[in-house]
Parts: sequence; structure tokens; C-alpha cells
Amino acid sequence: MRIPAITNANRRVPVAPGLMVATVVLLLTVVPASVEAGGAQETDQPATQAARDAGRPDVDVEGAGASFPAPLITAWADEYRDETGGRVTVNYQSIGSGGGIRQFLEQTIMFGATERHLTDEQIEEIEEKTGGTAFNIPITLGSVAVTYNVPGVSEGLVFTGDVLVDMFRGEIETWNDSRIRELNPDVELPDLPVQIVHRSDGSGTTAVFTDYLSKASEWWEEEVGFATSVDWPRGTGANGNEGVAGVVQTTPGALGYNSLVYATLNDIAYGAVVNRSGEPVLPDLASTSAAGDVELPPDTRVSITDTPAADGYPIAGFAWVMVYERLDQNRAIRTRDQAEELSRFLYWIITDGQEFSEPLDFARLPEAAVERAEEMLSRLTWDGERIGEEVR
Amino acid sequence: MTLRFRHIRDYAVRAVLVLCTVCLVAPLLVIIGYVLVNGISALTPAFFTEELGSPARAMQGRPTGLFHSIVGTVVIDLLALSFAAPVGMGAGIMLSEYSENPLNGPIRILTGTLNGMPAILMGLLAFSLVVRPTGRFSAVAGSVALAFVMVPIIARSVESVLRTTPWSLREVGLALGLPRWRVIVSTVLPAARSGILTGVLIAFARAAGEAAPLLFTSFGQNYLNLDIRRPMDTLPQRLYSLAISPYQEWHAMGWAAAIVLLLFVMACFLAARALSRAHGGRDA
Amino acid sequence: MKANRAASGQSGEACAASPRRIVPHAIYRRLGDRVFGALVLVLGSSIALLTVAMGLVLYRQGGAPIVRDGFFGFLFQTTWNPVTGEHGAWPFVVGTLITSFGALSIAFLPAIAVGIFSAEYAPRRVAAAINYLVDLLAAVPSVVIGIWGIFVFAPWMRDTFYMPAFYWARESAAWLLPVLGTPTSYNILTATLLLALMITPYTVALTRDAVRMVPREQREAAQALGSTHWEMIRMSVLPYARGGIVAGVVLSLARALGETMVVAMLIGNSNRLPYTLFGPAANMPSVIANEFREAVEPTHVTALMAVGFYLFLITFAVNLIAAYIQKRLNVGGRIL
Repeated sequence: MRIPAITNANRRVPVAPGLMVATVVLLLTVVPASVEAGGAQETDQPATQAARDAGRPDVDVEGAGASFPAPLITAWADEYRDETGGRVTVNYQSIGSGGGIRQFLEQTIMFGATERHLTDEQIEEIEEKTGGTAFNIPITLGSVAVTYNVPGVSEGLVFTGDVLVDMFRGEIETWNDSRIRELNPDVELPDLPVQIVHRSDGSGTTAVFTDYLSKASEWWEEEVGFATSVDWPRGTGANGNEGVAGVVQTTPGALGYNSLVYATLNDIAYGAVVNRSGEPVLPDLASTSAAGDVELPPDTRVSITDTPAADGYPIAGFAWVMVYERLDQNRAIRTRDQAEELSRFLYWIITDGQEFSEPLDFARLPEAAVERAEEMLSRLTWDGERIGEEVR
Repeated sequence: MTLRFRHIRDYAVRAVLVLCTVCLVAPLLVIIGYVLVNGISALTPAFFTEELGSPARAMQGRPTGLFHSIVGTVVIDLLALSFAAPVGMGAGIMLSEYSENPLNGPIRILTGTLNGMPAILMGLLAFSLVVRPTGRFSAVAGSVALAFVMVPIIARSVESVLRTTPWSLREVGLALGLPRWRVIVSTVLPAARSGILTGVLIAFARAAGEAAPLLFTSFGQNYLNLDIRRPMDTLPQRLYSLAISPYQEWHAMGWAAAIVLLLFVMACFLAARALSRAHGGRDA
Repeated sequence: MKANRAASGQSGEACAASPRRIVPHAIYRRLGDRVFGALVLVLGSSIALLTVAMGLVLYRQGGAPIVRDGFFGFLFQTTWNPVTGEHGAWPFVVGTLITSFGALSIAFLPAIAVGIFSAEYAPRRVAAAINYLVDLLAAVPSVVIGIWGIFVFAPWMRDTFYMPAFYWARESAAWLLPVLGTPTSYNILTATLLLALMITPYTVALTRDAVRMVPREQREAAQALGSTHWEMIRMSVLPYARGGIVAGVVLSLARALGETMVVAMLIGNSNRLPYTLFGPAANMPSVIANEFREAVEPTHVTALMAVGFYLFLITFAVNLIAAYIQKRLNVGGRIL
């Protein structure tokens, strides 16, 4: 009887695992090396900067938060990476204002970005946990455009706060209602029912918009309130800016709201809103910046909707970066180098970085805000050292 | 009930069955077609060598790509496999070779059950077990989540493959006086090698396509990162972000990512089929 | 295992021709067996551990709302308002039930039909092609189907069905408008249709296997009585294969219950109780995927974990039933 010999001779080694391993090894060694080399060549930094950076270690900064400022923050990350010769990489993930706040509170990220500043309770909680406060550093401003799709009507329809509230509430049901006609005497308004579109996901845009509606109407303030996600009295929910835009664009008679950046990017008609001074103002970069050019408290935690500024657009808001005062108390920041680079990056954002805002359709910070921001940043500490002062 | 009627009915049923088949198969071909057509234009060399960066890059026409996502997918999936393969194989061996064990029945049922559980629950589990205690999102957390997805698949396939190996193999080992464990390791496992590999490939392909468990474990990364203690980007999760973003250029990259994912899955799939056919033809 | 092999130090190769029997040391034998057996047992029970851990962790993390409102209280509460802190799982449970059972009811007959066609009617090459394509459908990642859904399927549905229906209703049947809602195309119906497509492979595969396993005698008996092909199938094959078919259908249901990405991308994501197929909704996996990263308040996070716990219970039960049916009827263990 022949016993089959189970020897190495007739064991065939499968090719697949070997290939897989080889590919992985290749990918993990050769390619990153070439990427590093490529990255280093990209810069043409002045000699002094290079000298200053010499000897500093590579640092990765993790941040997350609002989707509205995400294009700007990630563009800053790109630019800053080039500025520092590939040394400092800022990874920003757009997960929503709510997500930014939560991950910031849980200390899984080094900084968060939000369109809704931290509440007093949240700051108290942080003060208890870390012995220091959390700063809301304004980094840009954004406007919420009131978007609509009314056949025959182009951009520039005029609204007031209480008209908007009543439309969103259902008290004004058609587009040719007398109150809308009053505000727009020269426009031919059709007898079309108003279809409300709102966000179904949590969003800073919603927070700013509902904040304005709450200021415009006591009813709204009491019944609906303002937050990143509210219980809308009526209308269809769509996901994300693009969801609302998509519905508005395809539904005659629709009324919705989008971040201005998004509305201009996608050519959606939006209207002007009458501000506190009585002027109908179209949302654009100038009127957005103007809205923020007001008296700001030292911690800049203020809502600038219904702004007192004369040519400011009334539905605007700051976008903030949240950062712990005592950087060493943030579990996500593990080394002094990380703290230093984070502070440096934040300084850069509010000063040199503002150059990049307007080409991307984001409003520049007004002087008042920059001053406050710089003041707050100078108070950042690491293990007691005023690291904020150092990196100025 | 005439014969003629019965023949017509027979014919009609056949027509309906063919119609159903076409209705089922056609959408798949349509989907693959659309993915290829829409994505091919974004499959530039830059796609495979550049990192994502900001949307401004894409909008301003500067080079951008998903190199870091591809690398991240490979790293996280292989890491997950390294966690899942031993566990899955051990479970499969236990179910097949140690059938006298009283735990065998329940574990077999649980394996089958776990196989169909939503991957997002594995993500929640990995979040609670890895992200919360360590305080950060990391590639490791993502790998753990994917490993949870892979284990039942590997266990199930290893078990079924080992069961189909002929008993004579084990008899050979026993006849030589080998201890039980040696019989398994040296006679049964090598014979089932390609079948096991098939199962591993299938599990790998399945896990590589999962996005939900990675959303809150490995999080996401816009640049290349090889540190597994930090967030890392992967193709499926990045594809989701690109698809729901408002930028046209990113949508185009999303289609391209879909092509890459599809090709990857099909490659694993074809390899698994080729292996199982080879295995089937090679009767010990 | 490899460590064991190396550690033993003895080669296992048999010298069949040698007159001397290899007598392994008793320790090698017994210790090796013990260690290996223990190792395998530990690895095997990790599966059980995994399941238990899942249930336990989800309950521990999500327990607060359940304890506060009661198991059924939280389940049946219809408000999900993160602002006011009221959380109830019912809108998502309803969404899950509608999408899953809806998808199942659309898909199960065609899927069984394809299974029968592939196993009984199709010539071998065609059957091979069909099987290949169906398995491929199961392998396509759901994000890929999702992106196709967002950019191709949903707009197509909107232009072909929803918008025309909306316009028609506006002219002639205004009472239908509340049902039709705003034609955004991201609604339950769209998601359910795609879900139906995605779950067919499981039923097809198991039906195919079950039909193939029907013994020849059964078929010949029917044929001997002069039945047509279809009558043979109906009389002798289907009843015999019934178990496998049911197992396949239950497996498809299990998959439908847990599908996350396609639903999250296409269902419109509303936290309200859905009142029409043409309106937005959410199901349990999709609300977790959409809201988990964004949830700020701790109550919101625990509420999402609680939803996960309910999802775990439901999918566990359904998968258990499927596994049980498969075991009882000894249908081959498909890796799908």
C-alpha cells in the first residue's frame, strides 16, 4: 500500500500571498519615500524661513468640525504645508459643527471648527476638567443665502425677517402673497405655492439661519428655537447643502437656505434680506465682512445675525476654531512641538492665511475680530509656559 | 386542463423566468457600465500618486488624487486580515475538527449569525473598545472593526473547506502515529490550503468594500499617513465623502474611486474562483 | 499553529520504508494536543465572545435611554429631536421595517425565479454566466451602488417617475400631493428599490443550491407521470427545496435589515415618522451612520447606541432564524 508522501516536494506554494506581501512591502517603502522626496521639492521658501525651520520635527495636527469652512481650512492646510516645506500637516475632516464640538469635548482632536460657539455650560465643563478655558477663535465669516426657485424671477428678491418666518411657518402660503409683493413691487410673482426645503442633517448653516429667525420672531424663538438641527414646522428635509440645493433647483416654488459659498458655486438664485438699518442687503463677501465689523466681546462668542452694522448682511455668522487654553490638558496634543505648531498655524490663519479667503469666496475677518483672536491666542499655554506669546 | 394549455403555461413560465433573470442581471451591467464610463476620465496618473488635500485643489485644477486612500485601504485591510485570519482559522478548525466539543453547536450557529450582522455594529463595537479607551481615532480601530467583519466569513469558509477534505488524509496521519494536532496541521490544513485561501480572499474583498464601520474608527485623512495610531483614509469611506460633497470635481474622483474598488473586488473574486476551481480539480 | 510545528523540533514526515517506528515523546503528543486544542478552543469561542461583547457593549453604552424609558418605551417613542433631547427609536424602526420588508417583497419572487432558471432551465454556459454575475452583484461594495444611486438612479427616477407624477397630480389630483411630497427622489421608494437589487443574490444562491440538491428520483417520478418541465418543478422540486428557499429569503432579509450605506445615501434622512413611500425617512443603520459623528449631547450619543442595540437584537434574531433553518435543512454553507 502506498502512503502518499506529504513532503515539501509536492506542496505548491501559492503565488497570491507572496505577491500580496511583495506589493505591500513595495508600497510601504518605495512609494512613500518618493512622495516625501516630491513633497520636499515643492517649496520655494525664503532662506530665513528655512533656517528657522531647520531642526524642527515633522508635526501632524488633527482637526475636525464644520463643513461650511472646510474648503477654506483644508486650503489653508495645503498652503501651510507648502509654507513649512511639508513639515506641518494639518488634517481636517468635515463632520459637521456638532461633530467638531463633540470630538473637541472628548479630546480626540487638537482643534475643532464650528459655526456655533461653545455654550456657557460647555465652557464651564471644560474649565472644570482642564483648569483652563477653551477659546473660540474666529477664523472667517459665512453668510446664509435664502435660495428659491420661482419661475420668471431671478436673483435679488427682497425678504424681511418676519416674512421669512411666516413663509417657513406656513402663514404665507403662496408666492404672490401681498406681503411679498409689497417688498418687491417691480417683480411679477406667480401664484405658486411655497414649498419649504430645509436641512435634515445637523448643520451650522441651520444654526445661523434659525438664530436669525429666532431674533426676527418671538414665535419662532419659543416654538422652534435655533440649533444645528430643529423640528421644522413644515417642509421637506434634504441632506446637506447639496441636498437642499438639489430640491430647490428642481422644485418650482421652492424656498430654502444654503451657505453663500454653495449658492454661488452652483448658480442658485438667492435673495436680499432687509437688515436692522432697513436696507435690503444681498449676501456677498463685502456685506458678510461688514456684518462682523461690530463691537465684539473679548471671547468673540457672539451671534452677529441681525447685525447692527449699516451695510451688513443680517444672516451671517462667524466660524470659529475651538482650542483649549491649556494645550497640555488636551489629550490629543501629545508633545510640546505639536502644541507649538498648532499655535503657529492658528496665528498664520488669522493673519497671512486671510489672503486665501476671498479667492475661495470666504469673507475676510474684520480688524476687530483679528485683534480679539490674537489676544486669545497669546494666552495659549503648555505646561504653564505662554506658548502663544512665543510663536507670534 | 388541456395539454395545449399546459404547454402554453410551461412556455409562459419559462418566459417569465427569463425576464426575471434579465431584470436582475441588467442593472448590474448598467451599474458597472456607468462606473467605468464616469470614472475613467478621472483615472489620471495624478489620481494614483497625489493626496487629496483641499477641494480648492480640485476646483483650481491642481493635482489631486487618492493615493493616500489606496495605501490606507491596503494597510488597514492587511492589518485587519492579520488579526482576523488566525482567529477565523482557529474557529474554523475547531468547528470542523473538534466536533465532539459541546461548544461546537452554539459556536457554529453564532458564526452563521455573525456573518449576516450589519457591519456598522462592528464599527460601534470597535469604537467602544478601541477609540474610546485610546482617546483617538486610528487606523488600528478601523482594522479591528474590519477584523470583526472578516472573522465569521473566514471561520465559515475554513470550516466548510476542511469538512470537504477526505477522511483518508486524517487516517494517514493517524496511521503514522501522529498526535491529533499534528494530523490537522500537517495533513489536513495543507490539503485545504487553496480552499482556505479562497475563503480569506473572499473575506478580504468583503471587508475592503465596507465603509460604515470605518466612519467613526479610522475617521479619515486628507494626506498620506502610515502611522496606524492616527486616522487613515480608506477608499470606501472616502468614496462616501466624495459622493456627498458639493463639488463636481470630487464627484468625478468618487467615480474613479468606485472603479478602483470595483476592480479590486473583482480581482479578489476572480482569484478566489480560480483557486477554488484548481482546488476542486485537484482531488487528493 | 506554525509555532507549534516549529517548536516540536521533530519532523512529521513519515519514513514509510524505515523499519523503525517513530515514537513521539509523550509530552510532544499530550502537550501538543492540549496546547493546540486549547488554542483552537479559545479562538473558536472568540466568535461567541464577539457576539456577546457586541450585545453587552451596545447595551452598556446605550442603556440609559432604555432604562429611563423602558425597553418598549424607547422603542415606540416617535420623537427624535436632538435639540430637545427627546429620543425615540420608532421612526427608524418603522423605516427599517418598511425598507427591509419592502425590498424583500419586491425581490424574493424574481430572485427565486432566477435561482430556478439557473438551476433548471439554463444551459450550462448560461447558468455559469448567471451565477457569476449574481455572485458579482453580491460582491459589489455598497458605496459603489450608493454613488451610482445618487448620480444616476435617483435623478433617473425623478425625471421618469416622480416629476411627471408630481406635475400630473398638481393638475388633476391635488389630493394626492401630500402623499407624493416634494419630488426629491431621495425617499423610501428609491432606497427600497436599490436595496431589493442588492439582496437578491442571497436568495438566488440558496435557491439554486436547494434546487440542485433535489434527488433525481423526485424529478423522474413527476416526469414519469407526464408532467411538463414547469409542472415537474412545481410538483416535486419546489416542495423539496422549500427549506433552502426559505433560508435564502430569510438571509436576504437579514442583509436588508443591516444595509447602511445605500440607505444613508438615498433615503432622504429625516428623523420624523415616515408617512409616505415618496417621502424621506431613515432606518436604524443609516441614522447611526449619519448622526454618530455629529452627535454633541451625551444623551444623543447614548440614544444612538441604544438604536444600535435594537438593531443588534433584530438582526441577531433574524440571522439566528436563518442559521437555524439552514442547519436544520442541511443546506450547504455558502460563504456569501
